[in-house]
Amino acid sequence: MPYISNTDRDRREMLAQIGVENFDELIQAIPAKFRVKDGLHMGKALSEMEITEKIKSQTCKNLCAQTANSFLGAGVYDHFIPAAVDAIVSRPEFYSAYTPYQAEVSQGTLQYIYEYQTMICELTGMDIANASMYDGASAIAEAILMAVRSNKRQKALLPATLNPEYLRVIKAYTEGVGVELISIPAKDGLSDLDALQKSLDDSVSSVVIQSPNFYGNIEDAQAISELVHHQQNCLLIACVDPISLAILNAPSEYKADIVVGEGQALGNSMYMGGPLFGFFATLLPMSRQMPGRIVGGTVDKEGKRAYALTLQTREQHIRRAKATSNICSNQSLCTLAATVYMSLMGKEGLREVALQSTQKAHYLAAELGKIKGISLKYPQAAFFKEFVINTPIPAQTIITRMAPRNIYPGVAIGEDELMLAVTERKRKREIDDFVKQMQEVCHA
Amino acid sequence: MPKTIFEHSSEGRRGVRLPTREIDTPLQDLIPAQYHRKHPARLPEVSEMDVMRHYIKLSHCNYFIEKGMYPLGSCTMKYNPKIHETLVHNSCFANLHPYQPESTLQGALELLYELQEDLAEISGMAKVSLQPAAGAQGEFTGIKIISAYHKAKGNLHKTKVIIPDSAHGTNPATCKLVGYDVVELKSNSAGRCDIARLRDLVDENTAGFMLTNPNTLGLFETQIEEIAEIMHSVDALLYLDGANLNALLGIVQPGKIGFDIMHFNLHKTFSTPHGGGGPGAGPVGVVEKLVPYLPVPIISKEQDNYLLDYAHEATSIGKVHTFYGNFAVLVRAYIYIKMLGAEGLRRISENAIINANYLKTLLRNTYHIQHQEYCMHEFVADGSKQKKEHGVNTMDIAKRLLDKGFHAPTVYFPLIIPEAMMIEPTETENLESLNAFAQAMKEIAQEAKENPELLHEAPLSTPVRRVDDARAVKELDPIFKIK
Repeated sequence: MPYISNTDRDRREMLAQIGVENFDELIQAIPAKFRVKDGLHMGKALSEMEITEKIKSQTCKNLCAQTANSFLGAGVYDHFIPAAVDAIVSRPEFYSAYTPYQAEVSQGTLQYIYEYQTMICELTGMDIANASMYDGASAIAEAILMAVRSNKRQKALLPATLNPEYLRVIKAYTEGVGVELISIPAKDGLSDLDALQKSLDDSVSSVVIQSPNFYGNIEDAQAISELVHHQQNCLLIACVDPISLAILNAPSEYKADIVVGEGQALGNSMYMGGPLFGFFATLLPMSRQMPGRIVGGTVDKEGKRAYALTLQTREQHIRRAKATSNICSNQSLCTLAATVYMSLMGKEGLREVALQSTQKAHYLAAELGKIKGISLKYPQAAFFKEFVINTPIPAQTIITRMAPRNIYPGVAIGEDELMLAVTERKRKREIDDFVKQMQEVCHA
Repeated sequence: MPKTIFEHSSEGRRGVRLPTREIDTPLQDLIPAQYHRKHPARLPEVSEMDVMRHYIKLSHCNYFIEKGMYPLGSCTMKYNPKIHETLVHNSCFANLHPYQPESTLQGALELLYELQEDLAEISGMAKVSLQPAAGAQGEFTGIKIISAYHKAKGNLHKTKVIIPDSAHGTNPATCKLVGYDVVELKSNSAGRCDIARLRDLVDENTAGFMLTNPNTLGLFETQIEEIAEIMHSVDALLYLDGANLNALLGIVQPGKIGFDIMHFNLHKTFSTPHGGGGPGAGPVGVVEKLVPYLPVPIISKEQDNYLLDYAHEATSIGKVHTFYGNFAVLVRAYIYIKMLGAEGLRRISENAIINANYLKTLLRNTYHIQHQEYCMHEFVADGSKQKKEHGVNTMDIAKRLLDKGFHAPTVYFPLIIPEAMMIEPTETENLESLNAFAQAMKEIAQEAKENPELLHEAPLSTPVRRVDDARAVKELDPIFKIK
């Protein structure tokens, strides 16, 4: 039997030591009629060789985004991951360790989380970050709930330019505690500032912005922030792409109060959208309202530097119904990948990733613009690595026609609207080839 | 502890280089200057070798499964088969994008579909959603489903959920998040739900009952039939917290004994690694009448085609994850289940139960154990005797275990047992390691008698000595101050 080393002889010896004749005596407490009678109905057990074959055959039925020429984004991105990331994350010392509650034998995990928190605060300009949320979506939801706890108001304003999948998760998370979600309409691919101003009053708990937003456009966060902070105690929640922060304003520069986002782009593979991880950072005065685990520096009995989970009285295992969140397991190993990634990339490398992504995305946009019938949907907005085009034929038709050519041309977000993402990974020749194919497909 | 990665930083050093820019338009020509970052983020400037040495050094400060036994109650720290990691890392699963055409995701969707089916069979539930990213998010999904069910029936008066006092903290925290009032049910002297009290608590306003079975004392809730009957008589739903499912594989199908909803912890029962705190996965299974409320999408099969199915969107609770959950974690659980099959799964639970009872037998004369009957996959001993007689508490015992090469049990939980030590050896520990653990526990009891000071001082041989976590709160230091 795999993974059980005790033999039948061991088993007999143990049952004898316990003082029973057979296993069934141990489960007397389970009423007989509730026990499974003739076994579970499942396929036969596979050996390691057989499961390897099975997974290989399943793998062959997919066409992965790196074999294809892919321009898919919309929340998950194919950035380059250096080999050393996997070399660290694949160490059982990290992946088979438990949550670092026993600090004395978990210093490795605790210290990398501390370093991760520091890096997130460097990128965002915030004072304190937690050890992670499940994904960007639940991180925004938790930020809205934290704002509600902080200022005791029940209204949150959400932009129409927010990732629609995030919106669905936010609805599920905030509905039960009676948060009123109000949508701020978009104008030319950006939040409509006039509409925002009209919706703002002293009953608003928080305003969310996503920048770059769902369409890839960079919001005027400075102007939004001024409107938001004109209302006393109203909080600005910024959802940002961490890679973009190497070249775009740190949210602290426009005075965001809570900064969250999807962290997958930092050294984590796409894996069909999971695991992802959400980062969550804020300012010190709100530290006791934060959700999730936080690591703090301290000393051991001999005064030596050490780390421990801290501010635990916020958490469910201590506070139960009064906890700031129900989160327990988070996405720790994904943050280790992010920490190693950010270390390898460093100050200059991350900037290079962001810059090359921007350069290539803008190059693609310009080249596509030369094709008859294709134009940027939001020509007035500045964009980072993702953008929307108007298409001369239905976007879905483009996707269907591109499939046999092993090209994923982007995400259809409207009948004649296609959204494309470009990272530093995309080579110029792939972009040029794609543009050529677009010409053919749109004007066949 | 070692220096932080930031202290290794030296200006100009690089860990990785990208290809030369193929397009080199200056940033100011692409994005207006007002959006440019003013001061660069001070990420470390280090070489690849610096990074490797630093994180390998940190890894040496960790305890982990391959190093030794992890008897953490309700955490199910079993061995993680290496084939899981190999197949997940070396397949093209890593590079699948969630928005690829379904026709290019058929292998991945087939795998997810089969996992849904297998978990449904294991749990006796009608349908399973794989979306929740962790146990607590599974709970959240399950309680949202309870809420959606009652709302659909127009039963808006159902405002409370009952939870036993032995429950995990996530249970009450989850109910609160969904908007329910939490009512606590006291356990009886046999360590089970007190049925008479339960009858008093249940009324028309009861929306559901969250039960862990076996409970956190490691005892099967024998009166489950009566409990289900009480709940269903007021149209309340019975929720199973699946944290302790490792005791039930192939022995009990929760969906067939009165439970309406349950979540699984794949990182516990199905041996996907704990990852130092995550990612896990918390799928949710439901009985037939609750299927319409499951998150969207679920994976369906039409002829030979697998699809992301949003058909029940109008009644669904919506989404709890941006995409389809922690896919890479789900793949590991799938491999585990396929390699065990029906018989193997049952053997897992049998051995988990035998190991726990064996260890309990070895320790019962040394430590106080409140509930002496046979346990399921875990049991609760406590340090009350050592505290009373020698002034040594459970924390001291736990820390001393670290010196002896073991991880500590779950301590001070469940809350209803003073000085609790909740011990779950799991099925992957063999006879010798169980004996060695029992031996260590007995030595500690002896040390408590002869040299209690030693235990107050423990641990002595770990990478750091006892950590001052009060100071971590008082002098909050959540980030390194970069110079």
